[in-house]
Amino acid sequence: MIPDSGDAPVWSVVAPMFLHFALLSLMAIGGGVVMVAPEMQRYVVDSHHWITAEQFSAAFALAQAAPGPNFLYITLVGWEVAGWAGAAAATLAILGPPTLLSVAMVRASANRAPGPLARAIGKGLVPISVGLVFATGWILLRGSGSWDFRGATLALLAAAIVFRTKVNPIWLIAAGAAVGVAGFV
Amino acid sequence: MPPKISPLTLFLAFSEMALSGFGGVLPFAYRHLVERRRWLTPEDFTKLLAASQVMPGPTICNLSVMFGYRSAGIGGSAMALGGMIALPTAIVLGLGVAWHEFGALPPVHRALTGMSAVVAGLVLATAMKMSRAVPRHAVPVSLSVVAFLGVGLMRFPLFAVIAFVGPIGILLAWREHW
Repeated sequence: MIPDSGDAPVWSVVAPMFLHFALLSLMAIGGGVVMVAPEMQRYVVDSHHWITAEQFSAAFALAQAAPGPNFLYITLVGWEVAGWAGAAAATLAILGPPTLLSVAMVRASANRAPGPLARAIGKGLVPISVGLVFATGWILLRGSGSWDFRGATLALLAAAIVFRTKVNPIWLIAAGAAVGVAGFV
Repeated sequence: MPPKISPLTLFLAFSEMALSGFGGVLPFAYRHLVERRRWLTPEDFTKLLAASQVMPGPTICNLSVMFGYRSAGIGGSAMALGGMIALPTAIVLGLGVAWHEFGALPPVHRALTGMSAVVAGLVLATAMKMSRAVPRHAVPVSLSVVAFLGVGLMRFPLFAVIAFVGPIGILLAWREHW
Protein backbone atom coordinates (compact mmCIF):
# COMPACT_ATOMS: atom_id res chain seq x y z
CA MET A 1 0.00 0.00 0.00
CA ILE A 2 1.13 3.54 -0.75
CA PRO A 3 1.51 5.52 2.50
CA ASP A 4 -1.00 8.32 3.00
CA SER A 5 1.65 10.96 3.44
CA GLY A 6 0.04 13.72 1.40
CA ASP A 7 3.11 13.71 -0.85
CA ALA A 8 2.91 14.29 -4.56
CA PRO A 9 3.37 10.57 -5.47
CA VAL A 10 -0.03 9.77 -3.93
CA TRP A 11 -1.67 11.99 -6.55
CA SER A 12 0.13 10.20 -9.32
CA VAL A 13 -1.81 7.15 -8.10
CA VAL A 14 -5.10 8.81 -7.12
CA ALA A 15 -5.65 10.71 -10.38
CA PRO A 16 -5.39 7.74 -12.81
CA MET A 17 -7.36 5.53 -10.40
CA PHE A 18 -10.11 8.16 -10.26
CA LEU A 19 -10.36 8.30 -14.06
CA HIS A 20 -10.34 4.53 -14.44
CA PHE A 21 -13.02 3.99 -11.76
CA ALA A 22 -15.17 6.81 -13.19
CA LEU A 23 -15.12 5.06 -16.59
CA LEU A 24 -15.93 1.76 -14.87
CA SER A 25 -18.93 3.33 -13.13
CA LEU A 26 -20.43 3.81 -16.59
CA MET A 27 -19.86 0.15 -17.48
CA ALA A 28 -21.75 -1.19 -14.45
CA ILE A 29 -25.04 -1.71 -16.30
CA GLY A 30 -27.65 -4.27 -15.36
CA GLY A 31 -25.68 -6.02 -12.65
CA GLY A 32 -24.81 -3.25 -10.24
CA VAL A 33 -21.22 -2.58 -9.27
CA VAL A 34 -20.27 -6.14 -8.31
CA MET A 35 -19.72 -6.95 -11.98
CA VAL A 36 -16.87 -4.46 -12.40
CA ALA A 37 -14.81 -6.04 -9.59
CA PRO A 38 -12.71 -8.25 -11.93
CA GLU A 39 -11.66 -5.23 -14.01
CA MET A 40 -10.97 -3.20 -10.88
CA GLN A 41 -8.84 -6.03 -9.50
CA ARG A 42 -6.98 -6.39 -12.82
CA TYR A 43 -6.22 -2.65 -12.73
CA VAL A 44 -5.08 -2.22 -9.10
CA VAL A 45 -3.49 -5.69 -8.64
CA ASP A 46 -2.23 -7.06 -11.99
CA SER A 47 -1.46 -3.86 -13.91
CA HIS A 48 -0.22 -1.54 -11.16
CA HIS A 49 0.65 -3.79 -8.19
CA TRP A 50 -0.77 -1.19 -5.79
CA ILE A 51 -2.28 -3.93 -3.59
CA THR A 52 -2.28 -7.75 -3.63
CA ALA A 53 -5.12 -10.03 -4.78
CA GLU A 54 -5.51 -11.13 -1.17
CA GLN A 55 -5.96 -7.52 0.00
CA PHE A 56 -8.55 -7.01 -2.74
CA SER A 57 -10.55 -10.08 -1.67
CA ALA A 58 -10.31 -9.05 1.98
CA ALA A 59 -11.51 -5.51 1.19
CA PHE A 60 -14.48 -6.97 -0.67
CA ALA A 61 -15.26 -9.34 2.21
CA LEU A 62 -15.04 -6.58 4.85
CA ALA A 63 -17.37 -4.35 2.85
CA GLN A 64 -19.89 -7.21 2.61
CA ALA A 65 -19.72 -7.65 6.37
CA ALA A 66 -20.94 -4.05 6.87
CA PRO A 67 -24.47 -2.78 6.21
CA GLY A 68 -25.15 -0.53 3.23
CA PRO A 69 -24.80 -0.40 -0.54
CA ASN A 70 -22.42 -2.90 -2.11
CA PHE A 71 -20.30 -0.30 -3.92
CA LEU A 72 -18.51 0.19 -0.57
CA TYR A 73 -15.87 -2.38 -1.46
CA ILE A 74 -14.64 0.22 -3.95
CA THR A 75 -14.24 2.82 -1.18
CA LEU A 76 -12.19 0.31 0.78
CA VAL A 77 -10.05 -0.62 -2.24
CA GLY A 78 -9.36 3.09 -2.79
CA TRP A 79 -8.39 3.43 0.86
CA GLU A 80 -6.08 0.41 0.60
CA VAL A 81 -4.42 1.87 -2.48
CA ALA A 82 -3.91 5.46 -1.38
CA GLY A 83 -5.31 6.17 2.09
CA TRP A 84 -8.04 8.73 2.73
CA ALA A 85 -7.50 10.55 -0.57
CA GLY A 86 -7.82 7.20 -2.34
CA ALA A 87 -11.05 6.36 -0.50
CA ALA A 88 -12.58 9.74 -1.36
CA ALA A 89 -11.47 9.55 -5.01
CA ALA A 90 -12.74 5.98 -5.50
CA THR A 91 -16.12 6.80 -3.93
CA LEU A 92 -16.56 9.99 -5.98
CA ALA A 93 -15.54 8.16 -9.14
CA ILE A 94 -18.01 5.31 -8.75
CA LEU A 95 -20.93 7.55 -7.64
CA GLY A 96 -20.33 10.77 -9.60
CA PRO A 97 -21.13 9.88 -13.21
CA PRO A 98 -24.15 7.65 -12.39
CA THR A 99 -25.57 10.33 -10.05
CA LEU A 100 -25.30 13.03 -12.72
CA LEU A 101 -26.96 10.73 -15.25
CA SER A 102 -29.73 9.82 -12.79
CA VAL A 103 -30.50 13.48 -12.11
CA ALA A 104 -30.49 14.20 -15.85
CA MET A 105 -32.86 11.29 -16.47
CA VAL A 106 -35.30 12.19 -13.72
CA ARG A 107 -35.39 15.78 -14.97
CA ALA A 108 -35.94 14.74 -18.56
CA SER A 109 -38.72 12.22 -18.06
CA ALA A 110 -41.32 12.06 -15.34
CA ASN A 111 -42.13 8.37 -15.36
CA ARG A 112 -41.76 7.18 -18.91
CA ALA A 113 -41.51 3.47 -19.67
CA PRO A 114 -38.27 2.50 -21.46
CA GLY A 115 -38.51 2.44 -25.28
CA PRO A 116 -37.64 -0.54 -27.51
CA LEU A 117 -33.97 0.41 -27.83
CA ALA A 118 -33.56 0.76 -24.04
CA ARG A 119 -35.29 -2.61 -23.64
CA ALA A 120 -32.98 -4.25 -26.19
CA ILE A 121 -29.94 -2.79 -24.42
CA GLY A 122 -31.22 -4.06 -21.07
CA LYS A 123 -32.08 -7.50 -22.40
CA GLY A 124 -28.92 -7.83 -24.48
CA LEU A 125 -26.61 -6.99 -21.58
CA VAL A 126 -28.22 -9.29 -18.98
CA PRO A 127 -26.31 -12.44 -20.07
CA ILE A 128 -23.04 -10.47 -20.06
CA SER A 129 -23.70 -9.11 -16.56
CA VAL A 130 -24.36 -12.64 -15.33
CA GLY A 131 -21.06 -13.87 -16.79
CA LEU A 132 -19.27 -10.94 -15.14
CA VAL A 133 -20.75 -11.65 -11.70
CA PHE A 134 -19.55 -15.27 -12.04
CA ALA A 135 -16.13 -13.84 -12.91
CA THR A 136 -16.26 -11.71 -9.74
CA GLY A 137 -16.91 -14.78 -7.57
CA TRP A 138 -14.06 -16.60 -9.33
CA ILE A 139 -11.42 -13.86 -8.92
CA LEU A 140 -12.44 -13.27 -5.29
CA LEU A 141 -11.98 -16.96 -4.52
CA ARG A 142 -8.63 -17.08 -6.33
CA GLY A 143 -7.45 -14.12 -4.25
CA SER A 144 -8.98 -15.27 -0.96
CA GLY A 145 -5.73 -16.63 0.47
CA SER A 146 -7.29 -20.08 0.49
CA TRP A 147 -7.04 -21.05 -3.16
CA ASP A 148 -7.23 -24.81 -2.63
CA PHE A 149 -9.87 -27.48 -2.09
CA ARG A 150 -10.67 -26.24 1.44
CA GLY A 151 -11.34 -22.65 0.36
CA ALA A 152 -13.33 -23.86 -2.64
CA THR A 153 -15.38 -26.22 -0.45
CA LEU A 154 -16.17 -23.41 1.99
CA ALA A 155 -17.19 -21.09 -0.86
CA LEU A 156 -19.39 -23.68 -2.57
CA LEU A 157 -21.00 -24.62 0.74
CA ALA A 158 -21.83 -20.96 1.42
CA ALA A 159 -23.17 -20.58 -2.13
CA ALA A 160 -25.38 -23.67 -1.76
CA ILE A 161 -26.77 -22.53 1.62
CA VAL A 162 -27.63 -19.02 0.50
CA PHE A 163 -29.06 -20.37 -2.76
CA ARG A 164 -31.29 -22.93 -1.03
CA THR A 165 -32.32 -21.18 2.19
CA LYS A 166 -33.33 -17.71 3.37
CA VAL A 167 -30.57 -17.38 5.95
CA ASN A 168 -29.16 -13.85 6.24
CA PRO A 169 -25.74 -13.83 4.50
CA ILE A 170 -24.19 -11.97 7.47
CA TRP A 171 -24.38 -15.19 9.51
CA LEU A 172 -22.53 -17.10 6.81
CA ILE A 173 -19.82 -14.43 6.75
CA ALA A 174 -19.54 -14.73 10.55
CA ALA A 175 -19.35 -18.52 10.22
CA GLY A 176 -16.59 -18.08 7.62
CA ALA A 177 -14.62 -15.95 10.09
CA ALA A 178 -15.05 -18.64 12.77
CA VAL A 179 -13.98 -21.42 10.39
CA GLY A 180 -10.93 -19.32 9.49
CA VAL A 181 -9.96 -18.62 13.11
CA ALA A 182 -10.31 -22.33 13.88
CA GLY A 183 -7.71 -22.92 11.16
CA PHE A 184 -9.79 -24.95 8.71
CA VAL A 185 -8.97 -22.80 5.66
CA MET B 1 -45.56 10.39 -7.62
CA PRO B 2 -43.70 10.70 -4.34
CA PRO B 3 -45.07 13.28 -1.92
CA LYS B 4 -43.07 16.36 -0.87
CA ILE B 5 -40.70 15.29 1.88
CA SER B 6 -38.29 17.45 3.85
CA PRO B 7 -34.59 16.84 3.07
CA LEU B 8 -33.88 16.01 6.71
CA THR B 9 -36.62 13.35 6.74
CA LEU B 10 -35.14 11.93 3.54
CA PHE B 11 -31.68 11.76 5.07
CA LEU B 12 -32.95 9.93 8.15
CA ALA B 13 -35.17 7.54 6.19
CA PHE B 14 -32.40 6.56 3.77
CA SER B 15 -29.89 6.19 6.62
CA GLU B 16 -32.28 3.80 8.31
CA MET B 17 -32.67 1.74 5.12
CA ALA B 18 -28.93 1.61 4.52
CA LEU B 19 -28.14 0.49 8.05
CA SER B 20 -30.76 -2.30 7.92
CA GLY B 21 -29.27 -3.65 4.71
CA PHE B 22 -26.76 -6.38 5.38
CA GLY B 23 -26.07 -8.11 2.10
CA GLY B 24 -28.30 -5.90 -0.03
CA VAL B 25 -30.32 -2.77 0.70
CA LEU B 26 -32.97 -3.21 -1.99
CA PRO B 27 -35.43 -5.36 0.03
CA PHE B 28 -35.25 -2.80 2.83
CA ALA B 29 -35.84 0.06 0.40
CA TYR B 30 -39.08 -1.66 -0.61
CA ARG B 31 -40.07 -2.27 3.00
CA HIS B 32 -39.44 1.34 4.03
CA LEU B 33 -40.65 3.26 0.96
CA VAL B 34 -43.71 1.14 0.17
CA GLU B 35 -44.83 -0.73 3.27
CA ARG B 36 -43.83 1.40 6.24
CA ARG B 37 -43.85 5.00 5.05
CA ARG B 38 -46.21 4.50 2.09
CA TRP B 39 -44.36 7.09 0.02
CA LEU B 40 -44.68 4.87 -3.06
CA THR B 41 -47.19 2.33 -4.35
CA PRO B 42 -45.75 -1.07 -5.35
CA GLU B 43 -46.18 -0.05 -9.02
CA ASP B 44 -44.31 3.23 -8.51
CA PHE B 45 -41.53 1.35 -6.77
CA THR B 46 -41.23 -1.10 -9.66
CA LYS B 47 -41.01 1.78 -12.16
CA LEU B 48 -38.44 3.61 -10.04
CA LEU B 49 -36.38 0.43 -9.70
CA ALA B 50 -36.51 -0.21 -13.46
CA ALA B 51 -35.31 3.35 -14.12
CA SER B 52 -32.47 2.92 -11.58
CA GLN B 53 -31.35 -0.32 -13.21
CA VAL B 54 -31.28 1.17 -16.70
CA MET B 55 -28.76 3.71 -15.41
CA PRO B 56 -25.16 2.58 -14.94
CA GLY B 57 -23.69 2.50 -11.44
CA PRO B 58 -24.92 1.33 -8.04
CA THR B 59 -28.66 0.66 -8.44
CA ILE B 60 -29.65 1.56 -4.87
CA CYS B 61 -27.78 4.89 -5.09
CA ASN B 62 -29.46 5.76 -8.40
CA LEU B 63 -32.80 4.94 -6.79
CA SER B 64 -31.99 7.24 -3.84
CA VAL B 65 -30.98 10.08 -6.18
CA MET B 66 -34.13 9.77 -8.29
CA PHE B 67 -36.51 9.42 -5.36
CA GLY B 68 -34.85 12.33 -3.54
CA TYR B 69 -35.07 14.55 -6.61
CA ARG B 70 -38.78 13.90 -7.07
CA SER B 71 -39.48 14.52 -3.39
CA ALA B 72 -37.41 17.63 -2.75
CA GLY B 73 -35.43 18.64 -5.85
CA ILE B 74 -31.67 18.65 -6.05
CA GLY B 75 -31.28 19.08 -2.29
CA GLY B 76 -33.50 16.04 -1.82
CA SER B 77 -31.21 14.02 -4.12
CA ALA B 78 -28.19 15.03 -2.10
CA MET B 79 -29.82 14.21 1.23
CA ALA B 80 -31.25 10.85 0.13
CA LEU B 81 -27.91 9.78 -1.36
CA GLY B 82 -26.08 11.21 1.66
CA GLY B 83 -28.29 9.18 4.00
CA MET B 84 -27.69 6.07 1.93
CA ILE B 85 -23.90 6.35 2.03
CA ALA B 86 -22.74 8.44 5.03
CA LEU B 87 -22.94 5.99 7.93
CA PRO B 88 -22.15 2.83 5.90
CA THR B 89 -19.03 4.55 4.54
CA ALA B 90 -17.94 5.48 8.07
CA ILE B 91 -18.51 1.88 9.23
CA VAL B 92 -16.59 0.37 6.31
CA LEU B 93 -13.66 2.73 6.78
CA GLY B 94 -13.70 1.90 10.50
CA LEU B 95 -13.41 -1.77 9.58
CA GLY B 96 -10.57 -0.89 7.22
CA VAL B 97 -8.68 0.95 9.96
CA ALA B 98 -9.20 -1.96 12.37
CA TRP B 99 -7.99 -4.34 9.67
CA HIS B 100 -4.78 -2.36 9.31
CA GLU B 101 -4.31 -2.22 13.04
CA PHE B 102 -4.90 -5.92 13.68
CA GLY B 103 -4.76 -7.63 10.29
CA ALA B 104 -1.25 -8.94 10.87
CA LEU B 105 -2.35 -10.95 13.93
CA PRO B 106 -2.69 -14.59 12.85
CA PRO B 107 -6.28 -15.17 14.10
CA VAL B 108 -7.51 -11.96 12.42
CA HIS B 109 -5.74 -12.87 9.21
CA ARG B 110 -7.26 -16.37 9.27
CA ALA B 111 -10.73 -14.91 9.99
CA LEU B 112 -10.39 -12.67 6.93
CA THR B 113 -9.33 -15.64 4.82
CA GLY B 114 -12.45 -17.58 5.87
CA MET B 115 -14.67 -14.54 5.28
CA SER B 116 -13.13 -13.98 1.84
CA ALA B 117 -13.88 -17.56 0.77
CA VAL B 118 -17.48 -17.31 2.04
CA VAL B 119 -18.05 -13.96 0.33
CA ALA B 120 -16.71 -15.37 -2.95
CA GLY B 121 -19.32 -18.13 -2.53
CA LEU B 122 -22.07 -15.56 -1.85
CA VAL B 123 -21.17 -13.73 -5.06
CA LEU B 124 -21.33 -17.03 -6.98
CA ALA B 125 -24.79 -17.65 -5.48
CA THR B 126 -25.88 -14.19 -6.65
CA ALA B 127 -24.62 -15.05 -10.12
CA MET B 128 -26.60 -18.33 -10.02
CA LYS B 129 -29.76 -16.44 -9.01
CA MET B 130 -29.20 -13.83 -11.73
CA SER B 131 -28.68 -16.56 -14.32
CA ARG B 132 -32.36 -17.51 -13.99
CA ALA B 133 -33.01 -14.39 -16.06
CA VAL B 134 -30.86 -15.74 -18.91
CA PRO B 135 -32.99 -17.75 -21.38
CA ARG B 136 -31.79 -21.34 -21.93
CA HIS B 137 -30.83 -20.60 -25.48
CA ALA B 138 -27.47 -20.96 -27.23
CA VAL B 139 -26.97 -17.25 -27.93
CA PRO B 140 -27.49 -15.71 -24.46
CA VAL B 141 -25.74 -18.61 -22.72
CA SER B 142 -22.69 -18.20 -25.00
CA LEU B 143 -22.61 -14.47 -24.22
CA SER B 144 -22.46 -15.29 -20.48
CA VAL B 145 -19.74 -17.88 -21.01
CA VAL B 146 -17.62 -15.57 -23.19
CA ALA B 147 -17.95 -12.73 -20.64
CA PHE B 148 -16.88 -15.09 -17.82
CA LEU B 149 -13.97 -16.59 -19.73
CA GLY B 150 -12.74 -13.28 -21.15
CA VAL B 151 -12.85 -11.28 -17.92
CA GLY B 152 -12.50 -14.00 -15.26
CA LEU B 153 -10.04 -16.48 -16.77
CA MET B 154 -8.22 -14.71 -19.60
CA ARG B 155 -8.15 -11.42 -17.64
CA PHE B 156 -8.82 -9.28 -20.70
CA PRO B 157 -9.77 -5.65 -19.97
CA LEU B 158 -13.51 -5.25 -19.38
CA PHE B 159 -13.66 -2.50 -22.01
CA ALA B 160 -12.42 -4.90 -24.69
CA VAL B 161 -14.80 -7.70 -23.71
CA ILE B 162 -17.86 -5.42 -23.58
CA ALA B 163 -16.89 -3.80 -26.88
CA PHE B 164 -16.83 -7.32 -28.37
CA VAL B 165 -19.89 -9.02 -26.85
CA GLY B 166 -22.03 -5.97 -25.92
CA PRO B 167 -23.07 -5.01 -29.47
CA ILE B 168 -23.71 -8.68 -30.35
CA GLY B 169 -26.03 -9.06 -27.35
CA ILE B 170 -27.89 -5.81 -27.99
CA LEU B 171 -28.27 -6.50 -31.72
CA LEU B 172 -29.58 -10.03 -31.21
CA ALA B 173 -31.93 -8.90 -28.43
CA TRP B 174 -33.16 -6.11 -30.70
CA ARG B 175 -33.83 -8.58 -33.51
CA GLU B 176 -35.51 -10.82 -30.93
CA HIS B 177 -33.24 -13.76 -31.48
CA TRP B 178 -34.08 -15.14 -28.05
